[in-house]
Amino acid sequence: MNYNEKKIPIIKIRDYLIVSIQVDMHDRLALQLQTQILDEIYRTGAKGVLIDISTLEMVDSFIGRVLSGMASKASIMDAAVVIVGMQPSVAITLVELGLEMPGVDTALNMELGMEMLEKRISKD
Amino acid sequence: MLEIVSDKSWKLLETCPLKTEFDIVKARQIVRQFAKEAGMGIVDQTRITTAVSELFRNMYMYGGGGEVLVESGIIDENNALIITCIDKGPGIEDIDLAMTDGFSSGQGMGYGLPGAKRLVDRFEMTSEVNKGTTIRVMKWK
Repeated sequence: MNYNEKKIPIIKIRDYLIVSIQVDMHDRLALQLQTQILDEIYRTGAKGVLIDISTLEMVDSFIGRVLSGMASKASIMDAAVVIVGMQPSVAITLVELGLEMPGVDTALNMELGMEMLEKRISKD
Repeated sequence: MLEIVSDKSWKLLETCPLKTEFDIVKARQIVRQFAKEAGMGIVDQTRITTAVSELFRNMYMYGGGGEVLVESGIIDENNALIITCIDKGPGIEDIDLAMTDGFSSGQGMGYGLPGAKRLVDRFEMTSEVNKGTTIRVMKWK
C-alpha cells in the first residue's frame, strides 16, 4: 500500500469546509491535511471547518497537536474549527494520556457541529 | 544493562521493523489487531494502541528507528500483551526527566512517555547513552 497517494478530500458547502478523516493518518499526512485546510480557508473564504473523526480509532499526542494547531491557525484566519464525532474510547484515552487540546471546540456529531458553527458565525 | 529479556514461556507473535513513519502506522495497527484477538475491550484496545504509537514515534524521531516485538504471556496470572521497543539511538540521559509530564526534548508535547505509562498496566524502561533505549509495556484485560 502506498500511503503517499492518499489525500484527504475537503468538501465546501456554503461557508463551511467539511473534512472526514477516514484513514489511520501517518504524521506527514496529518501535517499535509493541516496545510490543505488552511489553503482551502484562504482560497474559499470559508468561515468554519467541520472535521469528522468518527472513524478514527485513536488520537495520539501528535494527531492531537495537529488538530489543536489547526484550530488556532484557522482562528487567526477568521475561521472556526469544530471537531465532531470523537469515539468514547478515544476521549477516555486522550484524557488519560494527559493531552489537552486548548482552543478546540468539539461536538457530538456533524449536525450539532454545524449548529455550533452557525451560531458562532451569526454572532460575528 | 540494556537487556530486557523475554520470558521463555512467552509467545512471540510478531516482529515489526520500525524504520519509516509508515511503519508507525503499520505497527500500531498490528498491535491493535492482537489486542482485539486477546479479547480486550475497545477502550483497552485504544489505550494500548495509543501508548505504543507514542513509543513508536519516539523511536522513530529520537532513536533513529528500531525494532518492535509483540509477544503474549502470563504476567501475575493475567493474559498479557507485551510490546518491546528496541532502538540503538542516542539513549536517554535522564530517565526521570523524560518521565516528567510536560517535559519534551524535541518538537513533541512531552506527554509521550508518561502518558504512555498511564495507559498500560506495566511499563519498563532501560537506556544507555550512545547505546540505545529499550521500553517494554504490558497490557491485560
